Amino acid sequence: MNGNFLMQAVVYLTAAVVCVPVARRLGLGSVLGYLLSGILIGPFLLGFIGEEGRDIMNFAEFGVVMMLFLVGLELEPAQFWRMRRMIVGMGTLQICLTAALISAAALFLGLSWQASLAAGLALAMSSTAIVLQTLNEKGMMRTAGGQSSFAVLLFQDISVIPILAILPLLALPAAGAGDAGHQSLLSGLPGWMQTLGVLLAVALVILAGRFVIVPLLRLVARTHLRELFTASALLIIVSTAWLMELVGLSPALGTFLAGVILANSEYRHELESDLEPFKGLLLGLFFIAVGASINFSLVAGDPAGIVSLVLGVMVLKTLVLLVTGRVFGLGTDQNLWFAFGLSQVGEFAFVLLSFINQLEILDNEWMERMMVVTAVSMTLTPLLLMLHEKVLVPRLGTLPAETREADAISEHNPVIIAGFSQFGSTIGRFLRASGVEATVLDNDSDRVDLLRKMGFKVYYGDASRFDLLESAGAREAKILISAISSPEINAGLVETVRKHFPHLRIMIRVKDRFDAYELMDMGVENLYRESVDTSVRLGVDVLRSLGHRGYSATRAGQNFLKYDEQALRKLAGERHDMKQYIFSVRQQIELQEQLLAEDRQNILSTNDLAWDSEHMRETISKHVPEADG
Amino acid sequence: MEQRILILFAHPRVEKSRANLALTRSIPPHPDITFHDLYERYPDFNVDVAYEKKLLLDHSVIIWHHPFYWYSAPPLLKQWIDMVLEFGWAYGPGGTALKGKIAFNAITTGGAREVYSREGYNRFTIREFLTPFDQTAHLCKMIYLPPFAVQGTHRLTHEHLLQKAGQYSQLLLRLLEGRFRPEGLQQYLFLNDWITQTQDVTI
Repeated sequence: MNGNFLMQAVVYLTAAVVCVPVARRLGLGSVLGYLLSGILIGPFLLGFIGEEGRDIMNFAEFGVVMMLFLVGLELEPAQFWRMRRMIVGMGTLQICLTAALISAAALFLGLSWQASLAAGLALAMSSTAIVLQTLNEKGMMRTAGGQSSFAVLLFQDISVIPILAILPLLALPAAGAGDAGHQSLLSGLPGWMQTLGVLLAVALVILAGRFVIVPLLRLVARTHLRELFTASALLIIVSTAWLMELVGLSPALGTFLAGVILANSEYRHELESDLEPFKGLLLGLFFIAVGASINFSLVAGDPAGIVSLVLGVMVLKTLVLLVTGRVFGLGTDQNLWFAFGLSQVGEFAFVLLSFINQLEILDNEWMERMMVVTAVSMTLTPLLLMLHEKVLVPRLGTLPAETREADAISEHNPVIIAGFSQFGSTIGRFLRASGVEATVLDNDSDRVDLLRKMGFKVYYGDASRFDLLESAGAREAKILISAISSPEINAGLVETVRKHFPHLRIMIRVKDRFDAYELMDMGVENLYRESVDTSVRLGVDVLRSLGHRGYSATRAGQNFLKYDEQALRKLAGERHDMKQYIFSVRQQIELQEQLLAEDRQNILSTNDLAWDSEHMRETISKHVPEADG
Repeated sequence: MEQRILILFAHPRVEKSRANLALTRSIPPHPDITFHDLYERYPDFNVDVAYEKKLLLDHSVIIWHHPFYWYSAPPLLKQWIDMVLEFGWAYGPGGTALKGKIAFNAITTGGAREVYSREGYNRFTIREFLTPFDQTAHLCKMIYLPPFAVQGTHRLTHEHLLQKAGQYSQLLLRLLEGRFRPEGLQQYLFLNDWITQTQDVTI
C-alpha cells in the first residue's frame, strides 16, 4: 500500500463527502453530486487525478454489476417472467430505431457505413447506473415509467452480447485479428460451441443459485460471523461476474440472474443489507470517474461541435423513447420521465467504443469525441430530469398540486396519506367513508391523475420532500400516514417531519419486523405491520370453520395480536444486545414457536376464566361454601 | 293463538357451560322456534340492527336466554338491548313495533333458589334483580312473564340437568301451542313451576 494510493483514496472520498451532501441539499440528487465532484478533481479542473480515471472507471463499473444483483433480488422470477413482453418489445424498438437514426446521422456527417452502424449501436445504450440509482432514490421503481426504464435497460444489457459479436464483422479486413478487446474463453471455438458454453454458464448460475448458494449461506450463517456472510455475498457476485466474463456474457446480466434466483431465498434481506454499502460506494466511484474522464480540452477546442453532437444525440434518443413509450401506452408524464431518463448515452458505450476503436472501425478522433458525448450526456441527465420535474411537468404532465380557482378557499385536511397503493387507498377510502378527508401524496403520475378525477386532493412527487409536504398542508395537518413500503423513504420521511413539522403524529406502514425495528430505533411509535391483522383474521375464521365458538376465536385473535405486538417491542429492545442480529430470523422463528406454545397455555384460557363455569365448579367442589350468584 | 318463539341466546363461552349446553341442546327443532346465538353471530359486538328488528317482528315470544352473570346479562345482550330497541320503534312516540309480544328471561344461576331471598346471601329475589328487564319489556308494551331459571348449576348432577333441560323443552312446546293466557302465568314465581306443578296446558 503506497502513499499514492492513500492520497488518491483521500481525494476521491473527500470529493464525494463534500460534493454529494451539497448536491443533495440543492436538490440535485446524489448522482449529479458524484459527477460534479469527479469533474472538480479531474485533470481539467483541480487535476488531483489524471488519466488513471479510466482504470478506476473499469473497476467501479462493478458497482453497476452489484446494483443489478440487488435489482434481481427485489424481483421474483414470476414477476420477471411477467415483464418479458415489455423487455423484448420496448427494448428492441428502442435499440433498433435509435441505432438506425444515429447511424443515418453519422453517415450524413461523412463516416463510413461500418463506422456509422457501430457508433449507432454504441450510442443507443443508456446508463443503467444513473437511471436505476435515480429511480431508487425517488422511489419510482414501481411506476409505469420506472418499469419501462428498467425493461429497456435490461434489454440493452442483454443486447451488448450480440453487438460485441457483430462488431468484428464490421471491421475492415485490413484491421486483422480484431477481437483483442473482447477476449473470452470461448472466442477461439466454433459458433455452436460458443452458444453451448453460454447456455451452460447460464444453467450453472441457475443451478448454483438453487442448490449451492443457499446451503452455503446456511452454513456460513451458522458460524455467526457477520463479516463472513458479507464475504460470501461478495463471493457470489464476483464469481458470477467472472464466470460470465469467461464465456463472454455481460457480468451485470449474470449477477442480475443470480439475484432473481436468490429473490425467494430466506437470505434475501441479509444479502441486501450487506451489499448495499458496497454498491453505493462503487457506484459513487463510478460516477466520479465518469466526471473525471470528460475531456474538456476537446470540448474547449470545438465547443460548438461537441455541444451540437451532444444535443443531437440526446434529442434523437429522447424522440425515439417518446415514440416507444407512446407505442407501449405510457401516460404523458410517465413517458416524459422515461424519455428524459434514458436519453443519455450509457456506460456500455465506453466499452463498445473502445472495442470499436481497437477494431479500427472508428478513428481516434471520433472515438474521443463520442466518449466526451457519452460522459457529458450522463452528466446532463440529472439536470435534465430536474428540468423535467420543475419546469415541464408543471406545464405538461400531472401537476404537483392541482391549480385551484382563485376564490376557492383552500381547506386543510387533518390527515396526509403518503403513498396511495392498495394499502394507502384502503385507509383513504375508510377515512373518507367516515367523513375524514385526507390529502394524498403519491409519486405515480398515472395514479395521481386517476385520484384527482375521483375528487381526492392529491400532490404529486416524492413524499419526503420538504416543499411538497409543506404545500400539502403539513403545517396544519395533525396526522401523517405513510403507506409507503420502502423503509428508506419512510426513514427519510420521518427525518424530514421530525425536523420541520414536529407536531405531526406519524403513523407508518411497515413491511415486516425488520422495517419495524429500524423505525422503532428512530423512536416512531405507531407502526403497522402490513399483514399481521389480516393473517390473524384469517386464523380466526379457520378456528370458526373448525367449530370453535365465534367469540372465543375472536378473543383469541385479539389476544394474539396484543401478545405479538408486545413481543415485537420486547425483541426490538433486545436486538441491540444480540451480536449477530443478522441471523436472528431463525431465532425469531424459534421465538415465535415459544410464543405459540405459551399462547396455548396462557391467552386462550386464563383470560376467560370469568366465564368458565367448569373451572368455577372445580374450585367450589374443593371449597365448600357457595361462591357466586 | 299460535306463537313463534325467538330465543336470544347470549353466552360468551357456552362451550364451557354444562348447564347451558344441556339447555340449548334440548330446544326442539321446530320451524316456529328460532335459536339466535348472539355471541356466535356478533363476536365483534357489531349488532346488525336491521336484521334484529326483522327477527323481532317475525316472532311473538322473545326469550332472553343467558347466564345470570353478576345479577344481570352478559354484555352483548345489553348491547343488543341498547342498539335494537330503538326510540320511535320499540318505545317512545310511534314506538309500537313490539306491542303485545311476550318477553321473559331464561337464566342459569350458580347459586341455588334459596340464596336469592331476604335471608339468603344475595339478599334479593331473582324477580327483583330482573326489574330492569321487566321495565324494558313494559316500556316496549310487551308482556313480561316470570323467568325460567336453572339454579344451583354448580351442584346439579347430570341427571338433574337433563331434567331441567326437559322442562325447558316442554315450556317451549307449551308456549308454541299458545293455549294460555299471559295473565294466568303471572301467578308463578318461575315458569318452571307452570311445567312442574300442572299438566294443564290451558291456563
